[in-house]
Amino acid sequence: MELLIGQMFAGLSLGSVLLLAALGLSLTFGQMGVINMAHGEFMMAGAYTAFVVQQVISDAGVSLLVSVPAGFLVGGVLGLVLEAVLLRRMYHRPLDTLLVTFGVALILQQAARDIFGAPSVDVRAPGWLQGNIEVLGAPIPLTRLFILALSLLCLAGLVLLLRATPLGRRIRAVVLNRDLAETSGVSTRRSDQLTFFIGSGLAGVAGVAVTLIGSTSPYLGTNYIVDAFLVVVAGGIGQIKGAVIAAFALGVLQSVFEYSTTASVGKVLILIVIVVFLQLRPQGIFSLKTRSLA
Amino acid sequence: MRVSVNKRAFLPLAAAAMATALAGCGSQIADPASAGSTASTGTSCVDTSGSSIKVGFINSLSGTMAISESTVFDSLTLAAEEINASGGVLGKQLQVVSEDGASEPTKFAERAGKLIQQDCTAAVFGGWTSSSRKAMLPVFEANDALLFYPVQYEGLESSKNIFYTGATTNQQIIPALDYLAEQGTKSLFLVGSDYVFPRTANKIIQAYAAAKGIEILGEEYTPLGSTEFSTIVNKVRDSKADAVFNTLNGDSNVAFFRQYKSVGLAADTMPVVSVSIAEEEVPGVGLDNVEGQLTAWDYYQTLDTPANKKFVAAFKAKFGAERVTSDPMEAAYTSLYLWKAMVEKAGSFDVDKVQTAADGVTFEAPEGLVTVNGENNHITKTPRIGKINSEGLIDTVWSSPEAVEPDPFLATYDWAKDLAK
Repeated sequence: MELLIGQMFAGLSLGSVLLLAALGLSLTFGQMGVINMAHGEFMMAGAYTAFVVQQVISDAGVSLLVSVPAGFLVGGVLGLVLEAVLLRRMYHRPLDTLLVTFGVALILQQAARDIFGAPSVDVRAPGWLQGNIEVLGAPIPLTRLFILALSLLCLAGLVLLLRATPLGRRIRAVVLNRDLAETSGVSTRRSDQLTFFIGSGLAGVAGVAVTLIGSTSPYLGTNYIVDAFLVVVAGGIGQIKGAVIAAFALGVLQSVFEYSTTASVGKVLILIVIVVFLQLRPQGIFSLKTRSLA
Repeated sequence: MRVSVNKRAFLPLAAAAMATALAGCGSQIADPASAGSTASTGTSCVDTSGSSIKVGFINSLSGTMAISESTVFDSLTLAAEEINASGGVLGKQLQVVSEDGASEPTKFAERAGKLIQQDCTAAVFGGWTSSSRKAMLPVFEANDALLFYPVQYEGLESSKNIFYTGATTNQQIIPALDYLAEQGTKSLFLVGSDYVFPRTANKIIQAYAAAKGIEILGEEYTPLGSTEFSTIVNKVRDSKADAVFNTLNGDSNVAFFRQYKSVGLAADTMPVVSVSIAEEEVPGVGLDNVEGQLTAWDYYQTLDTPANKKFVAAFKAKFGAERVTSDPMEAAYTSLYLWKAMVEKAGSFDVDKVQTAADGVTFEAPEGLVTVNGENNHITKTPRIGKINSEGLIDTVWSSPEAVEPDPFLATYDWAKDLAK
C-alpha cells in the first residue's frame, strides 16, 4: 500500500514535470506550428536564472519565489528575440525552423558553458521544501508537491488567459483561422509575438522548477526536449487538454514500467506505447478542428 | 492560411534531428582500428641530442570532459614545472607539447599519433574515459610508444605500451566491498549509469557478493544524464538494503542524491558508496546533498603525508587557494614522476629500455609509496574509504593496512574466475 501510493505519486510528479516542460511547447508548437528545438534551452535559461537570483538573494525560499517570475521573463524575452530575429522570417517553412532552432539550441548551450562553466551549478532548495510528508506511510517529497502545484498553477493561468481574456480570444482566433482573423482586424503579428513570449516564458518557469530535483547544467534542456515533444504530439497538436492528459498518462505509465522492469527498459516500453498509439491515432488524443482550408 | 504542421513529416524529421544530437553524444564510441591503422611501425624519432626532451600531454580541454580533464592537465603541468626546477630528467629540461583530445576518442587517437610521429615526444600523459584509452591503445602499440593513463578504470586490460597509474578494480571496488562487509553490510542495492564502467563494476560486485553471502537487492541503470530518480529511490527505500553502491556518472549524481534525500533516506541509515564523486565534483552535486556519504578512492586532499602536503600547497600556490586536488589529479602528477624514475633507472629515454626498467620503480607519491608492477604495468596503491565532510573535502575513515598489488584481471580472487573470460 505504502509503495503503491509512493509510486502513484512518483507518476503524478513525473507527469507534472512533463506537463511543465510541454505546456509552453503546446503553445508554440501546437498553436503556432513552430518546431522550436531551443525550447529545452529556454528551460535551461530559466534554471540558470534561478542560480543567478540565488547569488543575489541568499535566502533560498525568497529567491525561489523571485526566480519563478524572473525565469518566466528570461525565457519569454529569449523567445521574443528568437521570434523577432529568426522565426518570423520562416513561419511557412517548418523544416527550416527546425534546423535553425536546433542551431540556436547549440549556441545557447555553448553560451551557458562559457558564462557559467561546464560543471553543473548548485541551486539550493529552500528549507521549507526539504524533507517529505508521510501519506499512509509513503514519503511524499515536498519539492515534488511544489512542482505539482506550480504546474497546475501554470495550467490554470494559461487556460484562464486563453479562455477569459481578449488576448486569449485573439490567440484562439488566429489559431482557428489566421486569414479570417487578420481580415477581422486582429493583429496576427502581435498575437504571434505574445504567444511565443508566453510559451517560452513557461519553459523558463519549468527550468526554475527542475532545479529542485536535478542538476543545473548546460545540458539540462536536452534531458527534457524529447519528452516534451512526445507529450505534445501524443496529446494532439494544438490541444492543451491533450497535453495535460498525455503528460500525466506518460508519467504514471513510465513509473509503472520503471518499477516493474528497469529504468532503461521502462523508457523503451514507453516509447513503444507511444509509437503504437500514434499508429492507431496519428492525430493524438485530441485533434484540432480548425475552420481553415489549409 | 494556417501554418499546418504535418505530423507525419515532423516525426521522421525530429527523429533525424535527435539522431544527429545523439550522434554528437555518442561519438565516444569510436572505431579504434581506423585511427590506429594510420600509424606505421617505425623507428622512434625522439631527439635526445639537445638540452631538452619533449613530452606530450593529451587531455580534453574542450567538450563535455573538459571539466574533469583540465584538472589533470593542471596537475601534470605542475609536475613538469617541479621536475624542470629540480634539474629535469637525465639533465634535460622537459618541453611539454599539449594536445586537446576534445572529449572525442577519435580525436584522442589522431592527436596521440601526432604527438608520437610529428612531435617525437618521449612519452605521452593523459586520457580519461575508457573509450579514449581504448582508442589510443592501438596507436601506442603500433608505434611502440608510451602512454601514462591516470584514471581509475574497469580493469581487464594490460598493454606493455600503457602504464596505468589510477586504480584498477581490486584497488577501489573490491576494497570498498571489503569495507562494507567489515561494517556488517548484509545487503546492497546497485545504482549506475548505463555504460561500460558501471556494468563491469556491478558484475564484479555481483560475483563478490555471491561468494561472501551479501545479498544484492536490486541493480538499476539509468541512461547517462538521466535526472528522473523517483522510482529508483522508491525501489531503494523499499528494498531496505544496508547500503547503496553508486556508479552513476556526472550530473545524474545530483538528481539521485537530491531525490534520495527527499524521500527521507540518509547517510546514517543507508549510506551510499560512490566511486565517481571526488573533491572536484562535490560542489556541483551540492554539499548538503552528499555530506556524510562515502567514497572509494586511493587519494584524498586531506591525506596527512609530507608528500601530499607539499603537493597540495604547490598546487594551490600555482592555481589558486580555492582549487582542490583529487584522485585522478594525484595519479597524473605521480605518473610524470614515475616516468622520470623509470628513465633515470634505464639511463635512457628509449622506450624498450624504459619498459625493461619499469618493474619495481617506486615513487613517494602524495597517496604514499607506489611501486610499478612490470608484469601488468599498473602500480601498487593504497585503497581508502572516505566520508564527505562539512567543508566538501573527504576524510579517510578506513585505509588498507598496506599498498595493494594491482590485479587487473582479478586472477588472485577465486570468486572472480569467470569474470575475466
